[in-house]
Amino acid sequence: MSANPATDAGQPAPVDPPLVELQGVSKRFVKSLDLAARIANNFGAHAREEVVRAVDHVDLTVAAGEVVGLVGESGCGKSTLGRLIVGLLSLSSGQRFWRGIALERLDAGAARRQQLKMQMIFQDPYASLNPRMRVVDIVGEAPVAHRLVRPKAQVEYVGLMLNRVGLDPTLMRRYPHQFSGGQRARIGIARALAVKPEFLVCDESVAALDVSIQAQVLNLFMELKNALNLTYLFISHDLGVVKYLSDRVVVMYLGRVVESAPAAELFAAPNHPYTQALLAEVGRVEPKKRTFVPIKGEIPSPLDPPPGCHFHPRCPFVMPKCRESAPPLVEIAPGRRSACFLNAP
Amino acid sequence: MSEPLLTVEGLRTHFFTKAGVVKAVDDVSFTVGRGEVVGLVGESGCGKSMTGYSLMGLIDAPGRIVDGSIVLSGVDLRALSAEEMRNLRGNRIAMIFQDPMMTLNPVLRIDAQMMEAIEAHEKVTRGEARARARAALVRVGIASPDERLEAYPHQFSGGMRQRVAIAIAMLMSPDLIIADEPTTALDVTIQGQILYEMQKLTRDTGTALIWITHDLSVIAGLADRVCVMYAGRIVEQGTAQEVLGEPAHPYTRGLLDSVPSNHEHGYRLRQIPGMTPSLLELPPGCPFRERCAYATAVCDESPAMRPVGGPEQTVRCYHPLVPEHA
Repeated sequence: MSANPATDAGQPAPVDPPLVELQGVSKRFVKSLDLAARIANNFGAHAREEVVRAVDHVDLTVAAGEVVGLVGESGCGKSTLGRLIVGLLSLSSGQRFWRGIALERLDAGAARRQQLKMQMIFQDPYASLNPRMRVVDIVGEAPVAHRLVRPKAQVEYVGLMLNRVGLDPTLMRRYPHQFSGGQRARIGIARALAVKPEFLVCDESVAALDVSIQAQVLNLFMELKNALNLTYLFISHDLGVVKYLSDRVVVMYLGRVVESAPAAELFAAPNHPYTQALLAEVGRVEPKKRTFVPIKGEIPSPLDPPPGCHFHPRCPFVMPKCRESAPPLVEIAPGRRSACFLNAP
Repeated sequence: MSEPLLTVEGLRTHFFTKAGVVKAVDDVSFTVGRGEVVGLVGESGCGKSMTGYSLMGLIDAPGRIVDGSIVLSGVDLRALSAEEMRNLRGNRIAMIFQDPMMTLNPVLRIDAQMMEAIEAHEKVTRGEARARARAALVRVGIASPDERLEAYPHQFSGGMRQRVAIAIAMLMSPDLIIADEPTTALDVTIQGQILYEMQKLTRDTGTALIWITHDLSVIAGLADRVCVMYAGRIVEQGTAQEVLGEPAHPYTRGLLDSVPSNHEHGYRLRQIPGMTPSLLELPPGCPFRERCAYATAVCDESPAMRPVGGPEQTVRCYHPLVPEHA
């Protein structure tokens, strides 16, 4: 069943710790009071700090060789979570593990080496490449700086990397603006691969591309995964892409994970009402008029999330209990977890 | 079929740039019937938006409509003066753009923007205009319309802003609305809401709709007829059933094959090789031939539209994938 050669062929999986694990990770963005507000508070004003709980107590495990899809709408915290995992943002609380080793306790040198194992590929192939650097430097800077490659070998190494992502190495002296969107996406992938990572976080990496180009890049992702034994966390709002790529899918809503399940099971029988609503909107190209049945309302502001289950104002099955307390993410079947009171009344 | 609402014949919109002539729209012909939903599909740079702008008379220098006719209910839009076109725009024919933040004026309240649109076309009292603006907001599903009328665009979410843009387009009950990727910037659940509203509105009011998009799944569920564009030309046309069910053009086939959700998990996507050609000084012949698996020597000459497959299906290809009519 599983299109997952790494775990199929490898030794029994349960013995190994997962490649990446998050335990109770939260990220709060706090807008602290400025001087004027603090003075005003001394005189009895009630200015308060604004706290956005972008990610709220999230547990996540990614096994080696797995492709995990992380889906949710804009503002649900999926990109923040991706940045937390690779360490681009610091955790407000919780812990990160790499093969069972707590990352936050590593000394600086070890952390730096560790960091290379996890790389990120960004959404916007225009904004994520320095317009004033040539491709040879964009791709070749990090491996040289981290002493993976001697400076003299940089050009040769970059050539190899570009070949690997399907770009002509003779183009390495060019600047990003001389490439099309699809080619730029490939440059971003080559840059991430240049430091020999084991784990890639792809944050909406194909969202900006046209369908025909998107198909090319998705194929490239799958080829690279098989050739280099990579593990992916694939962040996307496009359920079609996630369904196609992922072994396992994690659904986020307003900073929390609401459901996590093997992809085939999730798409066949979504458990959480939010997942059900999302899946109802998956684009299928069937030339048949359909009636679009929307779920009501919009994703609330993370500044002021609703109490209890965050989804309750939009949920068709809302119960009084949902307004009071947040349902825990509990196992509903082997390998499947969902955070909804409907499962355990 | 009775007289169509809109007939576009041989439309060519070219941009005269320093680097050369960009043929953004090159010999585009199609019709839209009353109350019909026509999908205009293609990838970025294929000229689908420029076709929409040409219909609205919104082409700016260095661009110009160089040839063709656009006839809306018997009136040739290209023959109209700027003043007459202004009267028509927003009144009989309206447009919804991709980014509602760009189309709404950020320093004017919603009521001012909506009432302005009514007062530009009709002599009405302010109270009447306000009542109509309020009714339009209710129609697109905006809660507490009285408060919302007094809000500024930045106080709305993306989906709400798009609803306001739709409400403004619907204000004068136009015969035709051109929607240019109106749901592309929105989340899936919000996209579902907007599509639901548009479907309901066009059904209730009989407004015809040209839906410009790159998203085949939206078109599949919404459109009566589909035009597929590539490099400034319509390469395939027909009912949604014909074009998406049994595509005749290799490009349409390729587009459908590129959609990940049509594939089994883990299997390689059938991709179209290469990328879209630059429209600058495009060589003659079929623009898709470089990427096409079926191309032969004959493709060096431009193919004409010809009927194939289903009763309404036409394709611009020498090697259609479905049989031609006898």
